[in-house]
Amino acid sequence: MNKMMMATAAFALALGIGAASAAADKLKACWVYTGPIGDFGYSFQHDQGRKAVEKEFGDKVETKYLENVAEGPDAERAIERLARDGCKIIFTTSFGFMDATIKVAKKFPKVHFEHATGYKRAKNVATYNARFYEGRYVMGEIAGKMSKTGTAGYIVSFPIPEVIMGINSFMLGAQSVNPNFKIKIVWVNSWYDPGKEADAAKVLFGQGADIIVQHTDSTAPLQVAQDQGKLGFGQSSDMIKFAPKAQLTANTDNWNPYYISRVKAELDGVWKSDDTWGGMKEGMVVLSPFTNVPDDVKKMAEDSVAKIKSGELHPFTGPITKQDGSTVGEAGKSLPDEELLGMAYYVKGIDDKLPQ
Amino acid sequence: MSELLAIVLTIITASTPLLLAAIGELVVERSGVLNLGVEGMMAIGAVCGFGAALASGSPYLGILAAMAAGAALSLLFAFLTVTLVSNQVATGLALTLLGLGLSGLIGESFVGQPGVKLERLHIPGLSDIPYLGPILFGQDLLVYAALAITAAVAYLLFRSKLGLVIRAVGDSHQSAHALGYGVIPVRYACVVFGGTCAGLAGGYLSLAYTPQWIENMTAGRGWIALALVVFGSWLPWRVALGAYLFGTVMILGFAVQTKGLGIPPQFLSSLPYLVTIVALVVISGNRALTRANTPACLGQPFVPDR
Repeated sequence: MNKMMMATAAFALALGIGAASAAADKLKACWVYTGPIGDFGYSFQHDQGRKAVEKEFGDKVETKYLENVAEGPDAERAIERLARDGCKIIFTTSFGFMDATIKVAKKFPKVHFEHATGYKRAKNVATYNARFYEGRYVMGEIAGKMSKTGTAGYIVSFPIPEVIMGINSFMLGAQSVNPNFKIKIVWVNSWYDPGKEADAAKVLFGQGADIIVQHTDSTAPLQVAQDQGKLGFGQSSDMIKFAPKAQLTANTDNWNPYYISRVKAELDGVWKSDDTWGGMKEGMVVLSPFTNVPDDVKKMAEDSVAKIKSGELHPFTGPITKQDGSTVGEAGKSLPDEELLGMAYYVKGIDDKLPQ
Repeated sequence: MSELLAIVLTIITASTPLLLAAIGELVVERSGVLNLGVEGMMAIGAVCGFGAALASGSPYLGILAAMAAGAALSLLFAFLTVTLVSNQVATGLALTLLGLGLSGLIGESFVGQPGVKLERLHIPGLSDIPYLGPILFGQDLLVYAALAITAAVAYLLFRSKLGLVIRAVGDSHQSAHALGYGVIPVRYACVVFGGTCAGLAGGYLSLAYTPQWIENMTAGRGWIALALVVFGSWLPWRVALGAYLFGTVMILGFAVQTKGLGIPPQFLSSLPYLVTIVALVVISGNRALTRANTPACLGQPFVPDR
């Protein structure tokens, strides 16, 4: 039914609205997604979180969502519309919604906003993110062990800190088992274009990579890997069905516990602005089962996951050598979060230039 | 597989959907109708093709379904613009939105399901020739179909009476009408042909290119196809050249990125648009010829005198 309404709305506005409005005594919790919920990736996982909230609170909560909201002026309009509609807590799930969220939040001081992956907060704006780099480190270790050519192809969207952090973490993981590991990086300038992602994967395999990693949202690169008898990693959701012989593991997002806890705080009247950055320990980043790997690699990966959870292992433990030879971080200490969130350099061993 | 071969094979698959959609739209515009709904028809073709292939297990049935779906949506467009004489630009834009929205609705249960892949041909002997074999004899059927359709359109438009009628309808619908040619049936047929091709292009995406369904998987390819028709000055082989040029520059952009030359990837991403437009404008430099090829009645409503 939701979808039917969305198709109708899309006809007029290219914007879809989820559930219909209902009784006023329910708490209205709302979500804004940058992609379609049918992307089987990033937005899909956020929507799983929304569904988990619905399931958890049943009649007490009513949820609503807008999908396919473009980053920029459109986002401001979309968020404001939800605020006017009586949403009490609004989750804006993309980095590009940051300024729009802050702006709308100023106009609606009584509404609580939650912005994913950003760094601007206010009294009624909290931020949250997941430490995806933890999963990427373990993926790097696996790639270091599994690659015969010692080269991984890495398909990426945009050069923002989140993505650069992921590349570096993957590389550090790979270097920990194979110091000469190489990665080839292709920017497709899109979060979401299966065709381009597949093309990039084909080109990278042609250039000698035998494992594909992606920081884009579709299953296309893994399908190419499956097709060509190569290997790869899933992104955001478990993509094993698309590549049963190629997927080594998938770095999955799990927003369910976070959304449930925040909506609960809202219901209990104890919500306050906060900055949450949870990882494997909090269950926000989950690696799907290790497949197509020998037992020793599986054991190594499981050990690393356990160590990351216990805090024994931090992917970014200083000193980290940058590409230009300079170092950051104190020996034996992990880099502070601010350093990670502003990351704008490659680590040593990546022989590519970081686009500005 | 060597790097060069990988690049050439990737270029062919990247260019084919653009060519399929563009060649269909070329015929539509030659008949004087501007259908901006290519993106929507591709999306609906992609989802219906995927669904039919999934249900039947046959990618070929999927292709037929994709074509039928594109045709059905274009029939709606033809009814609105040709019969009811609604504004073609507005109707075309609405068709895109409808197609994208409707495909999301139809495809809701297909998300996350691996599809049925249209396999590449393998002709024993021929396909095994190094380099040339996989390029010439090892593609999937639709790659050849796209080129065959281009050849057929080029022949029919300029070497047959039917083509002359189509062009007459597109250049001066009143004259064609006065001469006794059915403007409305010709336009219906051309619009439906365009829809069939767009549906096929969509089916290519969800069956051969990346065998899966996700919302918005067309990612703007319908718009690129529309631009190719204009910049190819409504000539089939130029449009084909444009489609392949676009694919070539895009794929080379990916290949160049890993060479560490320090060229900004944002620039490389915009390069296919730039190169294709510049190249096609340059070869279409002859203004008189370009004007002669532009359908004079493009986008204009036709209401027969009574």
